Amino acid sequence: MSDAAPPGPILTVDHLDVTFTGRRRNIKVKAVVDVSFSIKPGETFGVIGESGSGKSTLGRAVVCLLKPSGGQILHSGVDPFGLSRTELRQHRRAFQIVFQDPNAALDPRMTILESVCEPLDVAGIGTAAERRRKALAILDRVALSEELVDRYPHEISGGQKQRANIARALVLDPRLIVCDEVVAALDVSIQADMLNLFADLQREFGLTYLFISHDLRVVAHISDRVAVMYAGKLAELAPADQLMDAPLHPYTQALLSAEPEPRVPEAGTSKRIILKGEIPSPLAPPPGCRFHTRCPIARPECASREPEWREISPDRFVACHYAGEPLPTRVGASHSAAQR
Amino acid sequence: MTTGNAAGREPLLDVRNLSVAFHDGDRWNEVLKEVSFAVEPGEVVGIVGESGCGKSLTALSILGLLPKHGARLTGEILFEGRDLTKLSERAMRDVRGRRISMVFQEPMSALDPVFPVGTQIVETVRRHFKIGKREAEERAIESLDAVGIPSPRQVVKMYPSSLSGGMRQRVLIAIALVCEPRLLIADEPTTALDVTIQAQIMDLLLELGQRTGTAILFITHNLGLVAESCRRMLTMYAGQVVEDGAVRDILARPFHPYTAGLLGSIPQAARRKTVLTSIPGRVPSPAEMPAGCRFAPRCTYVEPPCREPQLLVESNDARHVRCRRFGELALAGAAS
Repeated sequence: MSDAAPPGPILTVDHLDVTFTGRRRNIKVKAVVDVSFSIKPGETFGVIGESGSGKSTLGRAVVCLLKPSGGQILHSGVDPFGLSRTELRQHRRAFQIVFQDPNAALDPRMTILESVCEPLDVAGIGTAAERRRKALAILDRVALSEELVDRYPHEISGGQKQRANIARALVLDPRLIVCDEVVAALDVSIQADMLNLFADLQREFGLTYLFISHDLRVVAHISDRVAVMYAGKLAELAPADQLMDAPLHPYTQALLSAEPEPRVPEAGTSKRIILKGEIPSPLAPPPGCRFHTRCPIARPECASREPEWREISPDRFVACHYAGEPLPTRVGASHSAAQR
Repeated sequence: MTTGNAAGREPLLDVRNLSVAFHDGDRWNEVLKEVSFAVEPGEVVGIVGESGCGKSLTALSILGLLPKHGARLTGEILFEGRDLTKLSERAMRDVRGRRISMVFQEPMSALDPVFPVGTQIVETVRRHFKIGKREAEERAIESLDAVGIPSPRQVVKMYPSSLSGGMRQRVLIAIALVCEPRLLIADEPTTALDVTIQAQIMDLLLELGQRTGTAILFITHNLGLVAESCRRMLTMYAGQVVEDGAVRDILARPFHPYTAGLLGSIPQAARRKTVLTSIPGRVPSPAEMPAGCRFAPRCTYVEPPCREPQLLVESNDARHVRCRRFGELALAGAAS
């Protein structure tokens, strides 16, 4: 759509903090703390984390739905928070977001076609007939057949609704789309369809994705680079293949081990890292390294000294004093079951 | 209590030709059709399939929890030698929670928000054993301790709302296992949880199951978890068992195109950035079940004879498959 890609990053997140203040001023939740990365045009940048890691807050801040309390977000070098309201309106068309819940973004009283036309109507682009034509073309592109476009959200399936949401984001010719858990609510075969669709759309429209998910395999499948978030901070950032093959942060290693692949079981291979304890509350993050309370290789200094975010090799960042150390695994109960 | 393993080849649970139909206007929609499978004492069996394939309905049928009106159940559910479908509601209440118990996906909706968790465990214990309140409370504390809940003496007095999702699921497991049932049905027990917590809960379930000799029927959409925790699995599709066998054999070489399709849909590290082989279309709704092979409309390998109903046939190595072409298809399995 847009011609020559701009030379610089399409998105720069620089020492970003997002803090929520409670009704009483003394309650502060630091949802995102000191997060920095940048995304190249045409790249798919994955963010993985569990509940409370701050990944969704990050996604919302990136599309200006939340205001940073520290640091900066730049869209192709422009600070969107420095724009006037009218300028921002125009500007944010290029930076869209699709959410997890396929129902939440669709008005139950509007047909699918009306919902997809709506962003164009609001933006006041073209005539009504042109807008309709454009919406129909995009709906066709996301494989929602013509007989479905006049239906209401409750008349179509979850996967189809999610396609409608993608169409709604695409209709404004965005350059970057934040995908926040977009396939989490779908069955695996539908999920596979959607992941294929995302890849096709990227090629066709030259899109850049910030792809947020709790599912490491989904993120690794679609992304060029992956950032791992834990308790509001980045734990690791690496090209997807390197992250999967040789994770450096103990948390990444535990995540990889926690979600087993459907492999043919062999006796003696079912080793896993089982983290103790729970994800810490963002109200009271642990001192020092935020992961030390659950880390299998934590040492005394981890509780007091916060690890630096350092580039350990080109393009590989990690925040851990002992990055890359092997972790103790335990043989799961399943292993002995398989051998019986 | 753990003498179940010595019972020999007699299956603990033997489901035979289970069919369930729901009344819809003037017709009956058959949502489960001739489901047959068995679970040996102490065995962990996985049931996989997507939403709407009948996995949870199978579980509810075993527990006798189908609605009284508008549902029609045929076939046999033999458990410890008795046909559960023939039991009165009163007799079923002695089975539920005592001989067979269940863990659900959503720990919040399965716990009562207005009672402390201890009360809910005590209720289960005293329903099935003639013991005093004090003693039942001690059992409750022990059971929370057994599922790895720190300071169980405090937790028994807490309400579900003040516990995390992982802790609630532990409480549910405690309730399910406090009477030492012979069979535990775990219906997507970790789906609502974060992955690191999922690993803890799976580990706990399998370990407790092994320790008490409880058989586990593990319902999930997650083939990775099945690969890791089960010896045998069933694939269900549109209310039917379409494949049944050892996990190792099925994952190495699935016989049914649906099982192969599920495997191909899962992103795997070795196939990054490739096109996933999704399954076209979706699970048919109960009202529009195909007359022949129920998977035929979505199947890549469909031939005209597939329009006939398919039988679950036995192959070698005690495997079963509901596909007439299974011998000639070489379907891709999981990476080893």
